[in-house]
Amino acid sequence: MNTLVRSAVRCLRAGTVCRTGSINGQVLYGSARLLCAAAGQTDFADMVKKDKVVVFMKGTPSQPMCGFSNAVVQILRMHGVDEYAAYNVLEDQDLRQGVKAFSNWPTIPQVFFNGEFVGGCDILLQMHQNGDLVEELKKLGIRSALLDAEKDKN
Amino acid sequence: MEITVDHIRNKLTTEIGAVHVEVEDTSPNRCAASFKVLVVSPQFEGKPLLQRHRMVNTCLAEELKEIHAFEQKTLTPEQWEKQRAP
Repeated sequence: MNTLVRSAVRCLRAGTVCRTGSINGQVLYGSARLLCAAAGQTDFADMVKKDKVVVFMKGTPSQPMCGFSNAVVQILRMHGVDEYAAYNVLEDQDLRQGVKAFSNWPTIPQVFFNGEFVGGCDILLQMHQNGDLVEELKKLGIRSALLDAEKDKN
Repeated sequence: MEITVDHIRNKLTTEIGAVHVEVEDTSPNRCAASFKVLVVSPQFEGKPLLQRHRMVNTCLAEELKEIHAFEQKTLTPEQWEKQRAP
């Protein structure tokens, strides 16, 4: 019983998923909280596969708490990627340390596409600059909004 | 262990054969809390960005435990030349 309560409490803290790009910009809280509570422990492999684009960040997309996390949010926004799962690591130390161990990457933010680790802020920025991001998004079935923006200019 | 600009530069030079390193302490009071590095190494040749960054992270694994924020740019000598050309 005790364990159950503890894991439930822990997961209430851990379950800080917010889905962006939902109705009228309203932040919806996803189902990860329930899944996590059932599992009792954070299953990162599962978490990163559940959504095409997953971001572990400091703060939330509407209120990033760190410049690097903000940069990731802004880059995704530029490409019209509004629907992604964002996990706020500031709300849970286990989540913060756990994701670093899972991806073997020392810093936050961290971006995953289709369950695969893409990189942090520097890598996403460079992929944005060299055009790779448009291609990677295409592989996910997401058409970058920048392509349309270019068309409008022509 | 004290983390200094020189310490980071030396480590990257010795351990991943960097031929050019720029290190900047980006913390507000130059208190070694955050760094920005540019690493040029022939060992990056043919390696994707993620792998290059992992090489740097591994090289500085001990230091990164203390560093709060870390920005990096990883180039091959050829890319570095191109970037410097006007």
